[in-house]
Amino acid sequence: MTTLATQQLVDFAYILAIALFILSLKWLSSPATARHGVLAGEIGAAVALVTTFFNPELVEFKWIFVGLLAGVIIGIPLGLVPITAVPQRTAMSHAFGALAASLIGISEYYVQTPNITKFGMIEIAMEVIIGSLSVTGSLIAAGKLQEILPQRPIVYKGQNIVSLTVLGSAVILALVLMFNPGLTILFPIMVVVSLFFGFLLVMPIGGADMPTVISLLNSYVGLSAALLGFVLNSRVLVVAGALDGSSGFILSVIMCKAMNRSFTNVLFGAFGQLQVSTEKGKEERTVRSASPEEAAQIIGSSNSVIVVPGYGMAVAQAQHKVREMFDILTKKGIDMRFAIHPVAGRMPGHMNVLLAEADIPYDKLIDMETANSEMAQTDVALIIGANDVTNPAAKTDQGSPIYGMPIIEVDKARTTMVIKRSLNPGFAGIDNPLYYMDKTLMLFGDAKAFVGDIVRELSGGGGH
Amino acid sequence: MPAGFTESLYVFVLAGFLGFELIKRVSPLLHTPLMSLTNALDAIVVIAAIIICGRHESNLSTILGAIAVAAAFSNMIGGFLITDRMLRMFKLSGRKKQ
Repeated sequence: MTTLATQQLVDFAYILAIALFILSLKWLSSPATARHGVLAGEIGAAVALVTTFFNPELVEFKWIFVGLLAGVIIGIPLGLVPITAVPQRTAMSHAFGALAASLIGISEYYVQTPNITKFGMIEIAMEVIIGSLSVTGSLIAAGKLQEILPQRPIVYKGQNIVSLTVLGSAVILALVLMFNPGLTILFPIMVVVSLFFGFLLVMPIGGADMPTVISLLNSYVGLSAALLGFVLNSRVLVVAGALDGSSGFILSVIMCKAMNRSFTNVLFGAFGQLQVSTEKGKEERTVRSASPEEAAQIIGSSNSVIVVPGYGMAVAQAQHKVREMFDILTKKGIDMRFAIHPVAGRMPGHMNVLLAEADIPYDKLIDMETANSEMAQTDVALIIGANDVTNPAAKTDQGSPIYGMPIIEVDKARTTMVIKRSLNPGFAGIDNPLYYMDKTLMLFGDAKAFVGDIVRELSGGGGH
Repeated sequence: MPAGFTESLYVFVLAGFLGFELIKRVSPLLHTPLMSLTNALDAIVVIAAIIICGRHESNLSTILGAIAVAAAFSNMIGGFLITDRMLRMFKLSGRKKQ
C-alpha cells in the first residue's frame, strides 16, 4: 500500500474508534446497557491500537512492546483491586493518565526544540503544566484516600498566596520559553514547579472534599489529553480528552452543588477552618441511646426503613452485614431502601458501587430528592457512617460551615437511628444537632458489629 | 497559527458539547464506573505514546515514550477491567448473583 492509502486507512480506523467511544458513553446511561458500553470502548481502543502499528513513521518496536508489557503487568492488578479500594485506584489512574500525557508533551518538546514555534511552545507548555500538576495532585489524593497521608485538611497561613505564586511562576517560565526558545534549561524547571503546584493544590484538601477533588483532577487529565491532541494534531486525542474532560467537569459541578460550595471554595478554602464557631453552644445536652435489641424491635415492627450510608460504612466494612439485614427485612415484608447523597463516600457513586457489590439490587438505591419526598412516610431512618449529609444545621443554622448544603432530611422520619462510635464530630469537625433530637436514637458502636447484632436479634427474635 | 489548529478547535468544541450531553444522561448510580470508563477511554493517548516511542527521534524520546506507553496502557487495561467488574455487580431486585 502507498503511504497515503495507509494514512487514510489509519484515519478511518481512528474515526471508527471515536464513534465507538461515543456509543460507549451513551450506553453507560443505564445499568441495563452499561456493559455493552464497556465492550464498545474496548473494541474502539483495540481498533485504534492495532491500526497505530501501521503508522509508517514507526521504526523501532522493541521499546513499544516493553512499554505495553509493563502496562499489562501494572494494569491487571489495578483492574482487580478490591471494590473498597476503588477511590484510591481511581486517583492512581488519574495520575497515570496525566503522567502519560505529560511525558509525551515533554518528549515532543525536545523533538521540536530549538525550531519550535511560539504557538507550539505555548501549547506544549499548557499541556505539560496541566499534566504535571495532575500527576502530583492525583498522587497526593491517592495517598490521602489510602490513608498514607493525613485526611485532615493541612492548612497554614498564606497558603493560597504561596500556591498561586508557584502556579504563576510556572506560567511565567512558559512565557519566557515562548519568546526565548533557546533557554531550554527553563523547561525542566517549569515541569518541576508544576509538579510542586499539584502537591500544594491537593495537600490542604480534606477527606470530605475528595469527591470534588477527584472529579476535578479527572477533568484536568482529560484537558491535558485534549491539549496533547492539539500539540500532535491528533483528533482522536482531542475527542477522547474532551469527553473525559467534560465528564470530570460535570461530576465536579454535581459534587459542588451537592455541598453548596464553589470550585474556588473547595480548592482554596479548606474545610475545617470554621469549626471553632460551633464550640460555644456546648452546654449539657442529652442524647437517647439504644441497645441492639431495642433497635431491632423498632426496625422489626416498622413498615419502611431508609438507610443512609456514608464513608463510615465503607471504613467499617459494614455493607455485607447491611445486606443480611436487607434480606431479613425483605422476607418480613418490610420495605428497606438506601438513600444516597451525591457526596456520600470518597468519590462520585462510591456508595452505589459498595452496595451493589454487597448484592443490594440497584432499584433499592434512591437519590436524595426521592428520599426526601418520602421521608415523612418512613418509619425508620437508619444512618450508618454518614454525618454531615444528614446534619439539619445545614438547613437551620446560618452560622454553620455547611449552611445551605442539601441534606437527606432524616429528621423527618418517625424515628431516626444513628450508628456511630461516639459523639465526636465527623471529618469536617461540625457538630450535628440531629443527635440531640427527641426522636433520635444513638446506637453507639462499630457499624459492622452493631448491624450484626441487630441482624441476630431480628433473625432470632421474630421467627414468624 | 499552525495548520490543523482550527480543525482541532472545531473538534474540541463539538466533542465537549457532545460529552456534556452524553454524561448528563449517565445515571448517578454509575458515576464511579463512569469515571473509570472515561479514564480507560482517555488512555487512548497510548497511540501517541507508541508513535513517540517508535519514531526513535532520540534515546530520550524513546524512553519517555516507553514509560508513557506503560502508564497509558495500564490505565486502559485496568480501567476496562474494573469498570466491567463494577457493572456486573449492578442487579435488579429478584435477580440473584450467578
